[in-house]
This record gives sequence, structure tokens and C-alpha cells, in this order.
Amino acid sequence: MTLFLQFLFAGLTTGSVYALVGIGFNIIYNSTSIINLAQGEFVVLGGLMMWFFLHSLQLPFSVSLCLTLLTAAIIGLIQERLTIKPLLKKGDLLLMIMVTIAFSILIRGILMFKFGKDPYTYAPFTEGEPIEIFGAIITQQTLWVIGITALCIVLLYLFFNKTMTGRAMKACSLDMKAARLMGINVSKVVMLSFLISAVIGAIGGIAITPISLMEYDKGAMLSVKGFCAAIMGGLGKSRGAVVGGFTLGMLESLTAGYIHSGLKDAIALLIMLFILFVKPAGIFGKTEILRLRKF
Amino acid sequence: MSKGNAIGLFFLGIFVIFFPQIVTDNYILTVGIFIGINALVAMGLSILMGYAGQISLGQAGFYGLGAYVSAILSLKFGLPVPISVFISILTASLIAVILAIPSLRLKGHYLAVATLGFGEIIHIILNEWGPGGPSGFGDIPPFSIFGYTLRSTVEYFYLIWMFIILAMTFSLNLIHSLTGKALRAIHDSELASVTLGINITKLKIKVFVLSSIYASLAGALYAHYVTFLSPSGFSLFYSILILMVVVIGGMTNIWGAIAGAIIITILPEILRGFKEIDILIYGLILTFCLLFMRKGIVPLFIEIWEKRIKK
Repeated sequence: MTLFLQFLFAGLTTGSVYALVGIGFNIIYNSTSIINLAQGEFVVLGGLMMWFFLHSLQLPFSVSLCLTLLTAAIIGLIQERLTIKPLLKKGDLLLMIMVTIAFSILIRGILMFKFGKDPYTYAPFTEGEPIEIFGAIITQQTLWVIGITALCIVLLYLFFNKTMTGRAMKACSLDMKAARLMGINVSKVVMLSFLISAVIGAIGGIAITPISLMEYDKGAMLSVKGFCAAIMGGLGKSRGAVVGGFTLGMLESLTAGYIHSGLKDAIALLIMLFILFVKPAGIFGKTEILRLRKF
Repeated sequence: MSKGNAIGLFFLGIFVIFFPQIVTDNYILTVGIFIGINALVAMGLSILMGYAGQISLGQAGFYGLGAYVSAILSLKFGLPVPISVFISILTASLIAVILAIPSLRLKGHYLAVATLGFGEIIHIILNEWGPGGPSGFGDIPPFSIFGYTLRSTVEYFYLIWMFIILAMTFSLNLIHSLTGKALRAIHDSELASVTLGINITKLKIKVFVLSSIYASLAGALYAHYVTFLSPSGFSLFYSILILMVVVIGGMTNIWGAIAGAIIITILPEILRGFKEIDILIYGLILTFCLLFMRKGIVPLFIEIWEKRIKK
């Protein structure tokens, strides 16, 4: 029982990051119908830039945090303005998939050039004794990760439902043409969605790096798993990405704990293939809606 | 096959025959062999992307499958190499069918992500259960047929480029057949093709299987040439590299696969001194090509050539 709980908490921690990446996928998918395969790179970017500001430049924690989020936001903006905006009008799906892959390699290349192949980590946010629940040890950083994820989810919910800008973005995801006719600046919405997704990814990276080390080439796997989380719950549904992310994280850590640690990554991929083949619309999605999408 | 392509194939054949006679440097011939292997994998992806309008991010999976299955069958079970190569191709195409049927029914991103997942699963399996695990295994028997064993670099150069010319001939014939025209129709408009009575799903599956056949054949040839395999060469990065080959060469023309393979295979040889920035350079090249040179080198050259003739 203790062991089971221990695995469960480990799963919740990694699951949080998958959920955040999954939400990032959804936000961009909703505004553009693109799968941004560079999504995972922003998690790596968050972790590594945080290390850079904290340890290389010796800045205080809060300043480093702000600067890291700013960097992620700028890179997200660059991605949208430079690679997405000029190509989106062509409506060529193949091209859009490729250009997000190209940008992910670009980020990875820059990170490798700057940080090399070594893994990086820094001290947890708060020092203190780990907490014990039924014999399972939970570090304070674990609580931070789960707490921050929960906070992000609540803030995003409020943003999309209570603010004018958020509701405009939601309108775009429902019907872009109608939204444009209502006077919503669709180009701005697309830009904003890339910015928000980049920042959310970076937040995940900042929070998880003290627990699991961060290295330049982790992004591709994170993208795949985040996508897996997103389609588990149904692409475009943020509620779905959260459920999907946590489920995936827990399944993964249980597989690693009880079956074989090398299979940890395979299980996510198998689940993904299974969902694609059996119920591509996900748990909460409807297949009919899927057919109506542009891509 | 059009006249231009036939002439092109003829000259390619002549070039392949005389190249090792003129250039005897083993290093250059080795690079030539790797160009051939990459071109073979890229050719399949080029037909899939340029003609069926689908993308695969899992070609490394088929490539690795071909290499490992053929190597294990010939090394551990003592099968003759041509038979093990044949079985490895059969295995890969069977898996391709299983993968394609569900994911090609769906639109857009699904084949991309399904193949990406497939490629990574193969990579993990090779790492965990492949002989020698992450460090790989050697002593794979070299390619032999009718009791004759190929040993020198020149012989492998001829073997691999012979397969390229065969695959080229087959692909060009396919593209200019009715099937090829139907494929191009799919790429332009799926809806219109359906109304014309083209069974697009079946065609897409066929092309996907063909791309897996090319990739697994290339993998098997690679295994018997190098005689040593480790999983690191069959990761997602190889799939992306092949994608780059197709994009740079131009996906609407299969000659692009060879042109792209020449560039992408020679590039790391030139960049050897800059190990830390090679990924960055790949990223820059791919982004640049997608933004400013979407057609790719070969179609671009043909365009310039035709304009000149008109003048």
C-alpha cells in the first residue's frame, strides 16, 4: 500500500507536467487547428533558462522566474510571428506540421549549443522536511508542482470564461469565421494562444526541474506525452487534458514501479496508439465534431 | 514514365557504373553508400508526402525494424541473407498495414502522430530487448547471394545503387500510371477525388506500405553492410532527418530524394568540427526551406531550366 501510494504521487507529479503540455496543445489547437509539436521544448526551455538565471547569473528567485517566463513568452511569440503567421493562410496541413517540427529542432539546437548535453537541476522552491502520508514520502517540491498545476488550471478557467479576451479566444475556437465577423481580431488571438501555451509549458519546466533533471533533448518525448494527454481527454478540451495528463502520469509510474522501468515511455505511446485507433475523439470528445474540423 | 525521367535514369545508371572506376577513394565511396541508403528511405517518404499528402514521422522505425529483423534472422537463426532481408521487408510492411488502416481513415495529424509514436516504440524496444541493448551488437553476416559474399566497399556501392535504380524505376512508373494520377488528385483535393470514385483510403495505405518497404530494405542493406547495429541510429532524429531530405530535395519530385540525400549526408561530414551546433544548423536549414524554398531544390531547378528554354 505504501509503495502504491508512493508510485501514485510520483505519477501525479509527472502527470502535472503532461497536463500542462496537453493544455498548451489544446489552446493552440483551438485557435488554429494546428498541433504544435514544439510544445514540449518550452518545458525544457523553462527548466534550463531558470537554471541559467539562478546559477549562471546568480539572480534572486523571483527575478529569475519572471525572466524565464518572459523568455518563453518571447520565443512563443517569435514562433508564431515568424513561422506560423506566414504559412497559416495557405491551409496546408503537411506544411504546418513540418514547420512546428522545424521550430522544435531550432529550440533544441539553441539549447544544446548553450547548455550542452549535461542534465541540470536546482534547489527545490522551499527547504523543509518531506511529508509522510500512510508511510509514503512526499517532498515539498511535489506539492509545489501539483499546486502550481492546479493554480494554472484555475487561472486559465477564469481567463477563458470571465475576461473579454479569453472569451474572444473561446469564440474563435468555436467558429473562427463567426468570431471574425463579430469583430474579434483573430490574428491577435492566434498570437496570444502561442504566447500562453509557451508560458504554461515553461511553468511546468520550472516546477519539475528540481525533481527530475532537465536536459536539452527531453522536449520531443514531452511533446508526445502531452499530446497523448490531450487526445486522451479529447483534443481541444482543457478538462480532458488535465484528466488525461494525470491518468497518463499515474499509469506510467505504476508501469515503471511494478513491471519494468524501461517500459515507462512505451506505455504512453501504446495508450496513444490505442486511443487513436479506437476512439480518436477521446473520452470527452465527440467523433462527429472531429469530422467537422478543417484539418 | 516520361522521356525526361527515362533519360535521367539512364544517366544515373551510367554515372553509378563509372563512378567507382574514377573515384577509388574508399571514404568517398562510403559516403556514397550512405547517400544511397538515405535516398532509399527518403524515396518512400517522398511518394507518401508529395503524392498521397500524408506525413510519416516514423520512418526510422521501419528502417530499424528492417535492420534488426534481417540482422537477427541471419546471425542468430542462420538464414541466408537474401531470405532474411525479404522476411524483414515482409515484417515491416505487415506492421505498416496494421498501423495504416486505422490512422489513415482519420484526417490530418493522426498519421503523423501515430507514426511518431510507432517509431519511438520501436526505438524503446530495440533499446530494451534488442541484442546487446543500448550498446548494440556486431558480427552480422555480410550480404551474400548464390554463394558469393560481398566484401569490398565498391561491391556494396554497386549493390545499394542498383536497388536505388530499381526503386526509382518502379516509383516513376507508379507515379505516371493511373494510380499515380489518382494519388496526385488526392493531394490536390481529397473531396474531389472521392466524388470521382477514387478509393482514397486504400490508395493511401498502399503508398504507406510502399514507403515502409523502401525504409526496411534500406535498413536491412545497412545492417549487412556495417555488420554492427545499435539503437541510437534509429531514433526520432533519423525520421526527422529523412523528412529534411524530402523537404530540401522537393517532395513533388522523387529525384528530390536523391538530391536531398546528397546534401543531408554530406553536411555532417563538413560540419564534423562543429559537433555542438549541428542540431541548430539542421533546424535553421529546415526552417529556412519551409519558409522560403517550399518547393525544394529539384522542382526549383526544373522551373529555372524550363524558363530558360522558353527564352
